[in-house]
Amino acid sequence: MPVLIAHTISEATEILAENPDATILNGGTDLMVEVNFNHRHPSSVLLLRNVPQLREWSIDSSQQTITIGAGVPYAAMETGAIAAAVPALAQAARTVGSPQIRAAGTMGGNLGTCSPAGDTLPVLSALEATIHLSSQDGERTVPFGEFMVGPKKNSRLQHEIITAVTLPVTGNRQGYSKVGVRNAMVISVASACFAIVDDTPRLAMGSVGPTILRAVKAEKFLAEATKDLDNISDEIAREFGEIASTEARPIDDHRSTAQYRAHAIKVLASRLAVRGTAS
Amino acid sequence: MSTNEFYSLKVNGVDHHVSDAWIGESLLYVLRERLGLPGSKGACEQGECGSCTVFIDGAAVCSCLVMAASAVESEIATVEGLNADGTLTDVQEAFVTEGAVQCGFCTPGLVMAVHHLLDENDSPSELEVKEALSGNICRCTGYGRIFAAVDKVVAVRRGALS
Repeated sequence: MPVLIAHTISEATEILAENPDATILNGGTDLMVEVNFNHRHPSSVLLLRNVPQLREWSIDSSQQTITIGAGVPYAAMETGAIAAAVPALAQAARTVGSPQIRAAGTMGGNLGTCSPAGDTLPVLSALEATIHLSSQDGERTVPFGEFMVGPKKNSRLQHEIITAVTLPVTGNRQGYSKVGVRNAMVISVASACFAIVDDTPRLAMGSVGPTILRAVKAEKFLAEATKDLDNISDEIAREFGEIASTEARPIDDHRSTAQYRAHAIKVLASRLAVRGTAS
Repeated sequence: MSTNEFYSLKVNGVDHHVSDAWIGESLLYVLRERLGLPGSKGACEQGECGSCTVFIDGAAVCSCLVMAASAVESEIATVEGLNADGTLTDVQEAFVTEGAVQCGFCTPGLVMAVHHLLDENDSPSELEVKEALSGNICRCTGYGRIFAAVDKVVAVRRGALS
């Protein structure tokens, strides 16, 4: 019952091909909670934390994209060049758990777990990120919208590892907000990412449906309501939030009620439409 | 590729051998129950309370969320290793003089978090201190005396530097 430690991506995919039942571990902030509470009993573990390539990131200025390795911890996204390129991602990363969690947890883990409450996922949805997967068969990419297929379900195949995420550097306004019971150490009750990409508004909503939901009607409304997306009136913002709220599909659970979540999404969407940081 | 049914952990610069361990044991459990290093405390076991904070390769993380057998290639530092000679660090000293300790259970984790904060930022704002310590829960002090202890260390270090 070993921990199998990979040092390169090809070593990781080789280990996974030979041990298809291995549980994939990076930061451990999700997996170890389940293990500590006896909800999961891994028989073997593939550790990705010691693969330096997964902790790299790079900006492609000709394509205007940033590619972030799946093992880059949230803490590295909060400030510096990643935060400047994708401010909404920095804002989302900063809301994850606590500094200790952010020093360990990774976007690869957020994608691997694929919880509807995953903090970075609305950003990946709004910015239409591309997920990079690797296996012994080669590499493939999947748009985020096709990656997350249900609550804690994604289209990663058992023999694949998530290696990186590519996001556009939009050069335009974007922002992320979430509602929880307090500022730190909180799993979102509702979250949203607003971004303007290619002069088109986008809104993705977290914790209010089985997957991250795009508010397509609200996006269409906003695109038609104004040509000046940098100066959205309070009235238009309010209606944008109201439409987004009708597109949410929240449920009652131990963290909140459907009614409150729908209200929270309305407020988050309205506020984000008039706020945000240029990337 | 390496496997590790029996493994070694480097803690505070010393190699410790671990044998017959279950794969799922947390680093917190192994430190306390197998290696005789009970300074890191266990409370929530889910990364919420920060009382188990240790440094792994320089990052302050919750040892309850680290699979011990996955840390074989890392440098682990615990509260026991802050001052090798067993004397108090300036942070620990300030916690004592400012009365930042009541029941003491959260203290080792807070001491580690404060050391990590001040190593990265020698003059943090009030908000930066609060954010840096937001992962460490204290039910006794109300935090006021903990923040006072941080301010004291900042002032003493600044004085020592000038």
